[in-house]
Amino acid sequence: MTDFLFELGLEEIPARMIAGAEAELGQRVSDLLTRERLLASGAKLTTYSTPRRLAVLVEGVEAHQADSEEQLTGPSWKVAFKDGAPGPAAVAFAKKAGVALSELQKVTTAKGEYVGAAVKRPGRSATELLASELPKEALAIYWAKNMYWRAGKPERFVRPVRWVVALLGGEIVPLEVAGIAAGRLSRGHRVLHGEGPVDIPAANSYSEALFSSGVVVSVAERRHIIRKALDAATRTIAGARWREDEALVETVVHLTEWPTVILGDFEQEYLALPEEVLVTVMRDHQKYFAIEGANGKLAPHFLAVLNTKVGEAGAAIIRHGNARVLRARFKDARFFWDFDQKTPLTERVESLKSVTFQKELGSFRWKTDENLRVARALAAAVKEDGFSFDEAALLKAVELAKTDLTTELVKEFTELQGVIGGLYARAQKLDERTALAIYEQYIPASAEDNIPLTTEGQLLGLADRIHTIVAMFTIGLMPTGSKDPFALRRAANSIVRILAESNLPLTLSALVGFVPSPAAEEGMHTGISATREDEIRAIAFLRERLQFYLKDVRGFAYDVVNAVLAADSDDVRDAIARAEAVTAVRGSEDFAAISAAVKRIKNILRQAEEKGFTLGSQTGMKLATEAQHLADASGTLAPEVAMLRQEGNYAEALARIAALRPTVDAFFDKVMVLDPDAEVRGAHLRLIDEVLRNFSQIADFSEIVTAA
Amino acid sequence: MPSTLTPPSVESSALTFQELLFRLQGFWAARGCVLQQPYDVEVGAGTMAPETFLRVLGPKPHRVGYAQPSRRPADGRYGENPNRLFKHTQFQLILKPPPENVQELYLQSLEAMGINLAQHDLKFEEDNWEWPAGGAWGVGWQVMLDGLEITQFTYFQQCGGLDLGPICVELTYGMERIAQFLQDVDSIYDVVWARDPETGAEVTYSDVRWEEELQFSVYNFEMADVPRLWEHFSNYEAEAQTLLAQANALLTDEKASATAKRRFPLLATYELALKCSHLFNLLDARGAISVTERVGVIGRIRALAVGVAKAYAEQQQQLLASTS
Repeated sequence: MTDFLFELGLEEIPARMIAGAEAELGQRVSDLLTRERLLASGAKLTTYSTPRRLAVLVEGVEAHQADSEEQLTGPSWKVAFKDGAPGPAAVAFAKKAGVALSELQKVTTAKGEYVGAAVKRPGRSATELLASELPKEALAIYWAKNMYWRAGKPERFVRPVRWVVALLGGEIVPLEVAGIAAGRLSRGHRVLHGEGPVDIPAANSYSEALFSSGVVVSVAERRHIIRKALDAATRTIAGARWREDEALVETVVHLTEWPTVILGDFEQEYLALPEEVLVTVMRDHQKYFAIEGANGKLAPHFLAVLNTKVGEAGAAIIRHGNARVLRARFKDARFFWDFDQKTPLTERVESLKSVTFQKELGSFRWKTDENLRVARALAAAVKEDGFSFDEAALLKAVELAKTDLTTELVKEFTELQGVIGGLYARAQKLDERTALAIYEQYIPASAEDNIPLTTEGQLLGLADRIHTIVAMFTIGLMPTGSKDPFALRRAANSIVRILAESNLPLTLSALVGFVPSPAAEEGMHTGISATREDEIRAIAFLRERLQFYLKDVRGFAYDVVNAVLAADSDDVRDAIARAEAVTAVRGSEDFAAISAAVKRIKNILRQAEEKGFTLGSQTGMKLATEAQHLADASGTLAPEVAMLRQEGNYAEALARIAALRPTVDAFFDKVMVLDPDAEVRGAHLRLIDEVLRNFSQIADFSEIVTAA
Repeated sequence: MPSTLTPPSVESSALTFQELLFRLQGFWAARGCVLQQPYDVEVGAGTMAPETFLRVLGPKPHRVGYAQPSRRPADGRYGENPNRLFKHTQFQLILKPPPENVQELYLQSLEAMGINLAQHDLKFEEDNWEWPAGGAWGVGWQVMLDGLEITQFTYFQQCGGLDLGPICVELTYGMERIAQFLQDVDSIYDVVWARDPETGAEVTYSDVRWEEELQFSVYNFEMADVPRLWEHFSNYEAEAQTLLAQANALLTDEKASATAKRRFPLLATYELALKCSHLFNLLDARGAISVTERVGVIGRIRALAVGVAKAYAEQQQQLLASTS
């Protein structure tokens, strides 16, 4: 038993792709060794990565596969050995099996006697197998974006492969990846170690050898080092804390081989800029961590994670360099802020003509008018329901919502659109409700975001998104598979969340109905108008997102979700309430029986339809006692359930349905539904059809998966 | 803890702007690169010069470097913004095919400019480059030095809509940024361009270029005559289209002589396409391109640039075939 090390040396891999690739390489190596019977029991597999390498160390690899023996069966004995002498068939089989004629055996099976041969297969060495199989595995790693680099383009990979280490114990495995022969020479940190090679004496001394060459190969270790260093640097400022940012920590973990941290400063005066702008510059543009003081407000410092180790002199240079870049960006931001104030948002609506919304539809000027039309319709509907909000503030917000796209600050920090508009609106003394609605128009953008705080903000977000979805659908730009260039799924998810978490009295189909037929801007694509089919598709698309929300965001069981949505899928909050109620009773015995009964009813109705049996009438029929009981109970139940549903008291409605179990059971026990008498049968079918409809108002219970 | 607000007193003898260019050019000349002069037609980036855009096509090895003034009319700030210019200098380098140690060579080129890497923080961060109007793209990095992007490092994959074979590396050094960084000045205009070795008298970036930034900003934003710019655009485009049609007819004519094909002026046709591209940028800076027009005009430029690239690749291929 021995250890195996494989290291793929690359030019810098994009940080966002490293973690996935490291895991995949580990999986591929593990699968390969398992498949080839080379993984010893209790073997330990460890993966490593830095920007310049992916590596895997397996402690516990068999040097050889165990020998194996295989029993081959050949032609019929009678055919192969005529009169006891081997004929051509016997010779051919022996040759194929690689055994002497004398080694052929007679094998007796249920079908008769056959020629057999026991073939010994010597186990292959790990060296041989790894050399032939591993390169394919390495080059099969998935990358979001690949490139060519070698003449003749023999392979595509994330970045050029520059060195390969493959060691079994202390011996080189003679394999080749992308034209590079494996050896024992790795490379160290570009600067701390320089260009010279790093000799890896044996597989299991990999991480020590690289540590001495300025590379921490373990991701977890670098993460730990970075967090500790951020803490330590922050402690030099009394009462300060660095702003936790897990995503940023992961990014810098994958940008460094030898991480260290410096603390830098910027001038107090820049704190006058909005915090959103400061943090965006630090985090998104410079990958710096922000620091806040004891009061929770930003402090004039930043933390940069370096990929090197320097003394005080070097640290001073680097600190100064980073601070100057940051200052230049802050200065730019302040310049843009001041410059933008010269043209208030209210004077920017017309210039939206030169900002494209979608090239076949029109500009954001057109989009603004469309959003206003949708918002007015929405406002009217919501008001009719007695909902109070500031309509003037809403319409002002809709009118100005996109104007920040013309500002220099948003051109510089596109990720802050909406936020900048809101801040400008506030700075320009517009109504606070208008400012806040503009500020929050793009949230929730992710699962961590809340929905907008104000009704105005919620309505703006709904109007903008529903218009975008319907407009895109009318020109055939609906998402397909993994392609969703306009992020319509995200838009629809946000719509569902706003409806779920607000009190707005709006259904999905009503929302779609508020979108006027987009006629496209004058001079653009002609003849665009939303057809009824587009609307139906848009509604179906929203319902699909509701299903996603219930299942993946709220965690309801898939059968509950299907059951609830089969009954109705238009009112988001109502669907949630029904899903909660169904989930609560789902485990109960009565409910399981009801759900079984509903399935049974559906089956019977289907059979009846197949056989051409039609629903009859119960009037004037003398039904069996059990059938009459069910008819009476169902008749009484129907208005009660309808009432309870209206009140949203689903738990009680479900309890009453479940209470019908004995009646239902008795019916199925005693009554033959598909009675030979057509009239009786017709009456029974009518009855169960009614029962089904009465039961299915809250959820389609036949969707519920019950334990057999 | 020393404050970052006062500069450290090291690297005081930073090189002047022109010395940086000398060093960089010297470094790459010593590694077998042809040093070209900048292209003398307006371009938005070094990539657009034919030394890159056309020479990366086809199988012929090519190593070239040049300091290309790159004009982006909309980026002009009347000489008032310390970090933005209408015209900046890209030191553009093409290595076709790229040597295996291309990254190490690049790091050495930084040291040649006086950057002691042991005292700095260097990262290669993913940044993929694309010029849609030229049908060109590649993958690579922005090279960050102490948090400042100093170079775009690209493995060119496609150009003019054609797959490259062999592929090449394109290095684009942002010279003003590098100079500002090494000289530790907050404004581009304070960069020392040249220093008289005898008197020590300095000529700054401002002395050399400020007036140009101011006046071109005025022209680009305020005075360029829009109808006439459109007229220029149409004229250049028409001439390019005519030539391109002739080129395509000639190159597919099996009876045409190798000489006739070889002398066909595709290089001149490409210049006309570059003129159109620059005029588009001017019109854009004037705010004269509406949403409806924008996509269409970019498409027209792309048709010319990609058309020339394809014809040029064909011309070169036929030339190779006829001489082999």
